[in-house]
Amino acid sequence: MRSVIDIVDLTTEELDELIKTAVDIINNPNKYSEICRGKKLATLFFEPSTRTRMSFEAAMYELGGHVISMTDAGSSSAAKGESVADTAKTVSCYTDIIAMRHPKEGAAYVAAKAASIPVINAGDGGHCHPTQTLADLLTIYREKGGFDNLTVGLCGDLKFGRTVHSLINALSRYNGIKYVLISPEELKLPSYVKADSIKSKNIPYTQTTDLESAMPELDILYMTRVQRERFFNEEDYLRLKDSYILTPDKLKNAKADLSIMHPLPRVNEISAAIDDDPRACYFKQVLNGKYMRMALIIKLLKEAGTI
Amino acid sequence: MNIDSIQNGVVIDHIKAGYGMNLYELLKLGELDVSVALIKNVQSKKMGKKDIIKIDADIELNLDIIGYVDPGATVNIIKDSVLTEKLSIDMPETLVNVIKCKNPRCITSCEQELDQIFKLSDKKNGEYRCIYCEAKAK
Repeated sequence: MRSVIDIVDLTTEELDELIKTAVDIINNPNKYSEICRGKKLATLFFEPSTRTRMSFEAAMYELGGHVISMTDAGSSSAAKGESVADTAKTVSCYTDIIAMRHPKEGAAYVAAKAASIPVINAGDGGHCHPTQTLADLLTIYREKGGFDNLTVGLCGDLKFGRTVHSLINALSRYNGIKYVLISPEELKLPSYVKADSIKSKNIPYTQTTDLESAMPELDILYMTRVQRERFFNEEDYLRLKDSYILTPDKLKNAKADLSIMHPLPRVNEISAAIDDDPRACYFKQVLNGKYMRMALIIKLLKEAGTI
Repeated sequence: MNIDSIQNGVVIDHIKAGYGMNLYELLKLGELDVSVALIKNVQSKKMGKKDIIKIDADIELNLDIIGYVDPGATVNIIKDSVLTEKLSIDMPETLVNVIKCKNPRCITSCEQELDQIFKLSDKKNGEYRCIYCEAKAK
């Protein structure tokens, strides 16, 4: 059974196909409004989420399907010690596709191995969050008209930021990409991500701690939150959390067509004063995420022969 | 130092000096009720120093473990005091229940019944990664 655990599970052709479907959904929503009629999506969320869960649920409703949710692991059999595999097998009996978020890395892989229906990883700890990357890709596609020849600045927590790792993997498949990696020393991009997705493809990149000096050359600025839940040491978190705060002043040397992105939720990395700037794209990402999840649900249900 | 030669058993030779104890532990040789010798820092013309393990019993060893710890080691099967077979060792593509993932965020840290599976991700550097969380084996 085909599942999507990591963005690497999707080929470049499949990414392009999903974007094409999403754009068609945007232009012709009625064409898709009954495509999942009578089908059920299970949203299994073992850790809190607003955007991702609601996005999956809205996606399924807009495709004419139904949703069964588990939003509080404390009130489910997981609290009694049921394994992820058993939960996935059980939910496979009730529904047609699963979207799952779990705090442990690799949980979605375990679920996908056990389930008899497609599983979409909606985030497994700090490991993967492929549908956020799909949202990011559609946003870049709609803002820039494609992916080639972009200078992409990634700023903040590049060490634990799973969305950054996946986005780099996806964008590195296109031509003429250049990265500017902006982070404190302690939160630099891990060397294996650099080796696998940047150096092996001879993609040019620079590393800096200075956001403002990097700003003028950027086509995309992808801000990230320093995530408290990824630190074992509260002191380290407190020391690093305010490393980068984007304010209107810092944008004075930015390109007029810069796209400012953020996977959200933000804490204070982007000042609210920037929200009205036409270059702010983070709420567009939220909307685009729903369209790409619709496209992915359609793709996986079609491949499973369910629709 | 003299260690008796064995009549029927296995000699793991050419182990990189310092790797013998790790191999001894991963192969769980301490649990065997037979004569086992771990000889450290043996002088070697080729290697300078090496470790050797001699097991005085005709047992089957998990060659994947030996390939993981030291793919340069050699395994000699002795029967009636004669070397009858030299087994070739290579780095295994997959390691199942040999080592444990040390990443506290990995699903295997809380679901103990899951097999501990690692895949060879970089043969040149002998690097293995957990199939669940992709953390590097330590």
